[in-house]
Amino acid sequence: MSEHAVVGKLKGKFSSSVLEVKEFRGETTITVKKEDIVAICSYLKKDLGYNFLCDVCGVDYLGQSPRFMVVYNIYSIGTKDRIRVKVPVEESDAVVDTVSCVWSTANWLERETWDMMGISFKGHPDLRRILMPADWEGHPQRKDYPLQGPGREPYQGRLS
Amino acid sequence: MGVERTLGNNVITTSLDAVVNWARSRSLWPMTFGLACCAIEMMATGAARFDLDRFGVLFRASPRQADLIVIAGTVTKKMLPVIKVVYEQMPEPKYVIAMGACACSGGIFDTYSTVQGIDEALPVDVYIPGCPPRPEGLLFGLMKLQDKIKAERNSFGAAIGVGERISEI
Repeated sequence: MSEHAVVGKLKGKFSSSVLEVKEFRGETTITVKKEDIVAICSYLKKDLGYNFLCDVCGVDYLGQSPRFMVVYNIYSIGTKDRIRVKVPVEESDAVVDTVSCVWSTANWLERETWDMMGISFKGHPDLRRILMPADWEGHPQRKDYPLQGPGREPYQGRLS
Repeated sequence: MGVERTLGNNVITTSLDAVVNWARSRSLWPMTFGLACCAIEMMATGAARFDLDRFGVLFRASPRQADLIVIAGTVTKKMLPVIKVVYEQMPEPKYVIAMGACACSGGIFDTYSTVQGIDEALPVDVYIPGCPPRPEGLLFGLMKLQDKIKAERNSFGAAIGVGERISEI
């Protein structure tokens, strides 16, 4: 399979940041270093025309070395083309630069990632909880967070 | 239970109570709290096939003008203070119907963000199980609430300020 055109351009411009490229059934995923994410996203939007940020989500690989991964799903409305950019994030240094200067929708999407995963975003204009109540403690979508919430018994399965 | 000041238990007061209870139960004005999927079933019940208007039910947007609140849908912990504020704004006499599994007991969402039953915060009069309950189920629950209101005592006395409304069931 030929490489996606964007991959070639990104490797040309940010050759040291691109860690891995994976392609599966037509979907291209590029893993980059988190330090250059704003430059890469800005290049994707302004020069390559990927103007729609669909989602920013966090993945928790509990037990693996970079514990978190922040995934940016990007779409180009003009060419109807999708691409995915991932940045690995260590648990001890769970800070990523915000891309809300590139796409404004990242404001709420990064708030959700902060609320659910605990990955904070440097330079975010308004980083506070969006889905949980404002005084909630803990980040619920992490793998080590109990499903029933703190202070309640875990689910015991079908009781009858 | 303390001193129950009522107007007395003769045929005149019970007839007056019966009239007040009949009027209240036949013109329940709900404040819809349609939160999730049960709201769709509530809308379906209010629509043409299972009409709610023939029960005297008129949906009011403001809690100040409502006497019933139908909690239809999943209640999250973030929404709970809002529900409490809205409930406190309703004037007496007020009733609560918990519609659907999520409002009765948290439903299938035994999770960190879902309130396990709205009766943690509000005094519920009628629980309607179902996910979602069919419109006939909601109508049955509404009629059960009407029976409950019809069985109240001293409602006329409470309306004119003598004693409290006594609700037994």
